Amino acid sequence: MRFIQFAAAVLTAIFLTAAHAPAYEAEKEMLFEGTGDDELRIISTTDIEVFQPLIEAFQKRHPTLTILYVQASSTAVFDAVTTSPEDHFDLAISSAMDLQTKAANDGFAMDFGSSTTASFPPWSRWRNQVFGFSQEPAVLVASRDAFIGMAAPGSRPELIELLRTHPDWFRGKIGTYDVRTSGLGYLFATQDARQSDGFWRLAEVMGSLSPKLYCCSSSMIEAIESQDILLAYNVLGPYARARIKANGNAVIIPLSDYTNVMMRSVLIPTQATNPQSAGQFIDFLLSTPGRQLLELEAGLPPLVPNSLNTSDSLRPIKLGPGLLVYLDRLKRKKFLEEWENSILQN
Amino acid sequence: MRFLLIEDNKELGRAVKTRLSLDGHAVDWAQRISETDAYLDNAPYDLILLDIMLPDGDGREFLKRHRQQNRKTPVVVITARSEVSDRVHLLDLGADDYITKPFDFSELEARCRAVLRRHGGSAQNEKRFGDLLFSPLAATVTVGGEVRSLRNRELRLLEIFFDSPGRIYPKSQLIDRLFSYDEDVSENAVEVYVGRLRKLISGSSVQIETQRGIGYRMTEK
Amino acid sequence: MSERIKDTGSLRRRLIFQLLVSVAILSLVLYFTVRVIAERAAETTQDNILGASVVSIIDEVHVVNDQISIDIPYSSLSMLGSVTDDRVFYRITVDGRTLTGYDDLPGLENTTSDTSPVYWTENFRGSEIRLSTQIRPMFFANQTHLVAVTVAQTRNGQALITSRIANTAAAFGLGFFVIASGLSWIAASSALRPLRRAEQSVQRRGPQDLRPMTTEAPREIVPLLLALNSFMDRLRLALGRTEDFITEAAHRVRTPLATVRANAEIALRGTKDKDQRKALRAMIRAVDESSRSASQLLDHAMVSFRSDQIAFEPLDLAEVISQVVTDLSPTSDLRDISINWQVTARPQINGDKILLIGAIRNLLDNAIKYSPRESEIDITLDQAGETCTARICDLGRGLGSDTEETLKKRFKRGGNAVDVVGSGLGLTIADEVARAHGGTLSLKPNQGKGTCVSFSLPRLS
Repeated sequence: MRFIQFAAAVLTAIFLTAAHAPAYEAEKEMLFEGTGDDELRIISTTDIEVFQPLIEAFQKRHPTLTILYVQASSTAVFDAVTTSPEDHFDLAISSAMDLQTKAANDGFAMDFGSSTTASFPPWSRWRNQVFGFSQEPAVLVASRDAFIGMAAPGSRPELIELLRTHPDWFRGKIGTYDVRTSGLGYLFATQDARQSDGFWRLAEVMGSLSPKLYCCSSSMIEAIESQDILLAYNVLGPYARARIKANGNAVIIPLSDYTNVMMRSVLIPTQATNPQSAGQFIDFLLSTPGRQLLELEAGLPPLVPNSLNTSDSLRPIKLGPGLLVYLDRLKRKKFLEEWENSILQN
Repeated sequence: MRFLLIEDNKELGRAVKTRLSLDGHAVDWAQRISETDAYLDNAPYDLILLDIMLPDGDGREFLKRHRQQNRKTPVVVITARSEVSDRVHLLDLGADDYITKPFDFSELEARCRAVLRRHGGSAQNEKRFGDLLFSPLAATVTVGGEVRSLRNRELRLLEIFFDSPGRIYPKSQLIDRLFSYDEDVSENAVEVYVGRLRKLISGSSVQIETQRGIGYRMTEK
Repeated sequence: MSERIKDTGSLRRRLIFQLLVSVAILSLVLYFTVRVIAERAAETTQDNILGASVVSIIDEVHVVNDQISIDIPYSSLSMLGSVTDDRVFYRITVDGRTLTGYDDLPGLENTTSDTSPVYWTENFRGSEIRLSTQIRPMFFANQTHLVAVTVAQTRNGQALITSRIANTAAAFGLGFFVIASGLSWIAASSALRPLRRAEQSVQRRGPQDLRPMTTEAPREIVPLLLALNSFMDRLRLALGRTEDFITEAAHRVRTPLATVRANAEIALRGTKDKDQRKALRAMIRAVDESSRSASQLLDHAMVSFRSDQIAFEPLDLAEVISQVVTDLSPTSDLRDISINWQVTARPQINGDKILLIGAIRNLLDNAIKYSPRESEIDITLDQAGETCTARICDLGRGLGSDTEETLKKRFKRGGNAVDVVGSGLGLTIADEVARAHGGTLSLKPNQGKGTCVSFSLPRLS
């Protein structure tokens, strides 16, 4: 009897997998088995390891729920939500605020509201469709020995100056996002460009020093730790903090001119088949135990409503239609052209 | 009593004159106001019976004139109007009393007697018959100095006898005159009153004779 | 026979209802007006922002290297997010071809070169959106091209503002309605109060009161009251004429009756025959009865008629009684009935002398009629507090089984009075006079035998 069931399951799996090729490219996948038939399908840009404690804690509350967690790039997440409804993802978690906003703006997100979501400030959500749940700054990470004999830079202008005056030291030892492929990288870069034209000068300077381009913050941190690079610019702060070992090689260099803060956000795609569980997960994410887990286990700083007012240099990226601008085809084309011109000088 | 009847209606006038005469009264009948002066100047009357509805010059005018002329003869008005307002008016005009037609003749006589008593004419004050002194006004008889009071019907009975002393009054007539027509009265009732009257005049020279089968009369012993 | 006037509903209620309807209509008009104005205002606000967004984009359209170049400013879309959470769509076209933005965003039908901003509403991707477009002609590649920038937004935010204002408007409308209703109620009640006063003054009239109305009344009612007065005048005149007619008729009947009676008495005197006597006495009794009936009928008519023209004057009730007693003494003497009447008090009353004489006379006449020979009638006059009471007690046959009320009703003869001449109106007359003077008439058995009639009137203080 059980053999038949198993065989049926396997055949079904093969059939389903063969029947439709997923439109997204998954980097990783993990299935958290539940005792019942209900399934919660999550597609996310966040590393599985980071989110695992939260998934497990949620499942303890809903043991009958089977949770599928698919990790993919931000563009893949966006594509899955907007172009492949047959995937039936119930939740889309992404650090690319602009893509999440566009997905909702273009009508691919479901309305959700609860007393929990209502208790958070209005700027932390958009249209009751996109919900921010963390505050993550973009930071400069450096190797401990990066600034030997130099004064560590306290601002971008100082960094630019430093790079200009020590080109040989830093040549080939600087890393940053490849904004052409990384949604988060693009977001940070465009927000940088918004803040000041100093970004372009920094880009030029960095570009003249043969920078290395990475897909993700984790790789940048690894590269610092393995001493491939001395500096990594626009690294996601929490990832940095989580990955930097106590006596490890890397340190975070605070920059006083400005620091972009992004919100990791979640939405319920219109293709969702289990929106109730999806809503419950969002509530869990925003709840006190969820936030505790987020902070302590996932290492992601949860949303604190007033914290952003404490420092002048913190620049939170706001959810809203403004984010659509840099997603515009022409605008993006122009930006990337300029960026390539600056960063890819050789 | 001597009446001057002023009545324009021939039938009624004739009936009244006849009826009053039956009781021994003297009645002169004037059919028009214009005739009255002639009658009044000619003879004295005890009483004037005036029917207030007269063709020429309302009886009211006569009353007014009568008053103005200061004639002493009392006037009893016969009126068809029973309203209180009219009666009061008549009294104000100078009538001494009034009676509404159709009227009971016993009541008429009673009223006339009352008027005369009020008038207090000396002629009416006291009557004598034999040694009996009868004061209708005081409702007393005096027998040998003793003054005796008369009750109502006794007074009226004696008045009837004194009207025509010696005359025989049949029982039936006395019943008619002493009792009202709505009283069911037997002939014995008259006997009772005659008996009472006899008691009252006992000791005087006057007696009331019973004429068996005929009636009663007052005579001197 | 009474013709009822159909009640078509309260005038006051009607007035209030109509006022309320008007107020309700006004409130609704107010609400909808405010709502429309709010919608317009919100739309204008949205339009203004959309227009600003379009302008900020279109200002960044340049010709660079003989090519069209557009740098959408961040603020052009972020400004739209500052006010509401509406979804945003945009499209930039050159000569109708999409340069960038949402391809399927609707554009203007007619391609004019009018450069003023245009606003309109459409459905797009399942939602209603508000669009703003501006056209700017640009010269490049040896030609003039029309660049159109369209920015659109869903209307949720606007709807929210509108509904918020509409709710406030609704609250105002409701408040207005409630207050106006209250005021309408007050106004209607107060406006109709003079009507009520006129109504009350009509109601206060006694059933016989035919005097003309002298009350104050609002202009609309004046014609009605004047008609009422004229009606009452005519009625009074008619009654008066009827009165006169009756009196005349009665007189013409009485004189022949007097003749009949006189001749009957004459005939009675002339016969001793028992049967004849019986018959003649019966005749006389019949004549007396008809005469008394006529008198009482006329008396009653007089009392009824006179009650609405009561000439009130201060009177001494004792004097009235004395006059009546004197008047009726011959009648009572005829039956050997003594009337015991002593003046012990002289209470003053406000009354009509004629009516009172009529009433007392009827009562005393009754008493004399129903008393046996040689009995006594006691008349007393007492005063106690606010009233004075004349009491006439006889030793007659009493009330029997008749009640006070039935005796007082018209034409009712007491069951005891079968063989006694008299009609039943005496008590009715006295009762009406008493009531016209604000007093009462009551009957009681006289301690076993006979009746006591109490005639009470309010005293003049």
